Amino acid sequence: MASSIRVRATSRGDTTEVQALVQHPMDSGFVKNARGELIPPHFIQRLAIEHDGKPVFVADWGPAVSKDPYLKFAFKGGKAGDELKVSWTDNKGATDQLTTKIQ
Amino acid sequence: MNGSSSDRATLSRRVVLQGIATIAVAGVAGLRFDLTGAFAAANDAYPEDAFRQKSEADAIKALYGKTAEASDKVRLDAPEIAENGAVVPVSVSSSLPDVTSIAILVPANPNTLAAAYRILPGTTAMVANRLKMAKTGNVIAVVEAGGKLYSAAKEVKVTIGGCGG
Repeated sequence: MASSIRVRATSRGDTTEVQALVQHPMDSGFVKNARGELIPPHFIQRLAIEHDGKPVFVADWGPAVSKDPYLKFAFKGGKAGDELKVSWTDNKGATDQLTTKIQ
Repeated sequence: MNGSSSDRATLSRRVVLQGIATIAVAGVAGLRFDLTGAFAAANDAYPEDAFRQKSEADAIKALYGKTAEASDKVRLDAPEIAENGAVVPVSVSSSLPDVTSIAILVPANPNTLAAAYRILPGTTAMVANRLKMAKTGNVIAVVEAGGKLYSAAKEVKVTIGGCGG
């Protein structure tokens, strides 16, 4: 199965800009389906990003984050070819991760 | 732990403010540092309680254990009008030094806290994401810098809600 995570990390000067897009329903638990039943909450709780094994960013999310979450941030350091690892865990305990290289 | 001593001091204050009053009373630097490690790990957990709060004040208190003051050094970018409340682009940045955390709250939603970001040393005080908004209301950005909380708010008019049909 293709990864749920897509990342673009670009190094410019001494700063690396990271954009991540994750495929996830991010069900809030407040929405009803076509039969009028509540869809139970199902959302990513934590997404963490490591640069060469060192954490650079931690996102804690509630169900108010939009479906297929998008995230952009930047950190100092990091150069083309360095490894960047993105991982997430949702409220049902599912996880996914992706390791990519900074461009 | 590779944080500087000021990071440690910040963390200690935060731990103290989270209700460990005895440490403040003792005020022994060594004791505080020893405990910082243990509580830093606890701090690391997903803030489930904060995400359950209904009001802005309760959510900020559950997350940080203190209150925020308005600041023009917190920059909040959100649209004036969101045609689709399911996808509202929101970004927060700050020119304040020593930013350690950024949180975004939507008080009009069933649960106020939408997202909380840990800004680690070396990471820029900026984050952009997309949030759901149930109806028209404020978006609030809270930035923790140097152990203090600063906030900014902006009203977003929502024409189609993001939390249900």
